[in-house]
Amino acid sequence: MGTAIFGSIEAGAIYALMALGVYLSFRILDFPDLTVDGSFVTGGAVAAVLIVGGTDPFIATAAALGAGFLAGCVTGILHTKGKINPLLSGILMMIALYSINLRIMGKSNIPLLSEETVITKLTAFWQGLGIDQSLSFLGFIPKTWGILILMLILAFIVKFLIDWFLKTDVGLAIRATGNNETMIRSFSADTDILKILGLGLSNGLVALSGGLVAQYSGFTDVGMGIGMIVIGLASVIIGEAIFGAKTIVRATLAVVGGAILYRIIVTLALRVEFLETGDMKLITALIVVFALILPKVLDKQRERKRKKKRMLQAKQNEYEKRGEQLASIKTDS
Amino acid sequence: MNMRNVVNSLLQLKQIHKVFNEGTPDEKMALQKMDLHLNPGDFMTVIGSNGAGKSTLMNIISGKMMPDLGEVNIDGKNVSAVKENKRSRLIGRVFQDPMAGTAPAMTIEENLAIAYTRTKSRGLKRGVSKQRRAFFQEKLEMLHLGLENRLHAKVGLLSGGERQALSLLMATFTEPKILLLDEHTAALDPSRAELITKLTKEIVETYELTTLMVTHNMQQAIDLGNRLIMMDKGQMIFEADENAKKQLTVEKLLYEFQQIRGEKMNSDKAVLI
Repeated sequence: MGTAIFGSIEAGAIYALMALGVYLSFRILDFPDLTVDGSFVTGGAVAAVLIVGGTDPFIATAAALGAGFLAGCVTGILHTKGKINPLLSGILMMIALYSINLRIMGKSNIPLLSEETVITKLTAFWQGLGIDQSLSFLGFIPKTWGILILMLILAFIVKFLIDWFLKTDVGLAIRATGNNETMIRSFSADTDILKILGLGLSNGLVALSGGLVAQYSGFTDVGMGIGMIVIGLASVIIGEAIFGAKTIVRATLAVVGGAILYRIIVTLALRVEFLETGDMKLITALIVVFALILPKVLDKQRERKRKKKRMLQAKQNEYEKRGEQLASIKTDS
Repeated sequence: MNMRNVVNSLLQLKQIHKVFNEGTPDEKMALQKMDLHLNPGDFMTVIGSNGAGKSTLMNIISGKMMPDLGEVNIDGKNVSAVKENKRSRLIGRVFQDPMAGTAPAMTIEENLAIAYTRTKSRGLKRGVSKQRRAFFQEKLEMLHLGLENRLHAKVGLLSGGERQALSLLMATFTEPKILLLDEHTAALDPSRAELITKLTKEIVETYELTTLMVTHNMQQAIDLGNRLIMMDKGQMIFEADENAKKQLTVEKLLYEFQQIRGEKMNSDKAVLI
């Protein structure tokens, strides 16, 4: 059990990058970008092919990010210059990327288990530090703490970078583009460029996450991106429901938390006996549905309770009034 | 109109034509042979019934729409081919809808930062620096609404009047070449509308802004500014210069309209008060 949860936090930290990307498109730009399903694999594909070809895994991972950025930009161009509706431009790009990913990979699956990857390199680096030994007092000994801690650090670095970026002049303009396009246009911003840039950054993060997930799980598969957008949404929505989203700083923290929480929920759900690995997408969909509906139900309940209380109070006031009236009548007589 | 003024005219429209749905049964001549020029510091009010072409006029100046024919000059430069977002470096705009001019999910200071960078190219500088915040506070005090103490409040939490006051400030505090006000008090209740009208007057005077204001309210059109034009069916049908405008009353305006068009002003929206 402990190992399973540990693993899901590890994976959650890597998927958090993808979730942050989805947050950028979905929440900041208000653009439901389905490119994610394709660009996640693009990241995995580029990283895998380069690593197998002998490129340094760090450079390969950076290339994955770049490839995702380009994919996102194309979606942005389709939408802004081609005037194609957001949902459709994402779907078109997703489908196109499926073929492109196959072209990049040359086959539908590339194993990375015997390759030197970012993950093996980081593990070796971490073991050289000797921190694992000093953490053994915790009683729980995973293979290494390195990946968990380093990936969490990476997720938080990206989170802080996003926080910073969204407060710069360009960042503010991107936020306004998603919030009120008429307004930002009247303040001399080119919303086309801002959307293209925002979608590029978003898909860059998604592909970075894809590249790391491929190295973490030891393979890239052309189908590994199916439903990724829903997982991203689940992370964003769960995170916001639990941790709140009042400010950007809070919201990005919530997204990282949501991504990890999502992995834990799925891991726990898969331990229920009659559920199989194939049910994962269904579980994901259900989680999103619940996360979307539950806050509304809770709100309604709270509202109802408040109403009841008010009604009761009003009645009580009336009784008291009547009591007073009766009392005054009695004294009169 | 002397020669100096012509040379210096800040805004000049030459023979603007705009037709909607050309070649269909819904064809509509929105503007025809429209000429207009504003001198620096001019404050012109524009009145006219629905469909007179007032909004089209605004949209053509701001670059949201391109004219079919004709030329738009701002500060001596032909900007006919300049896109809306580039042109808005020269133009401040306040819309009728109080929700349109601000970003509701962002804070007051973030909105102001966006307005502040209207004339600059945006980079990776911090949007709300300490220096800028102090400047924003100082400007917000002009509104007398206490917004200077609510810099971190989301704009979506403000009332319609407060949002419109903020929009007005955002459109003006970077001193645009031209200020376009598109019925910016029409969606507010009378007391708020009065407040915004008062602020408009103050701000335009403070910054000496060249202003074009569309309004449905004839009294407002008479009270504000130094020039007035009346539009109907895509044409300018009446113009009052500074001296003529001082003598104007609502009755006179209605009379003029009747004289020119031979019919009564047919607008349910035209406010006579």
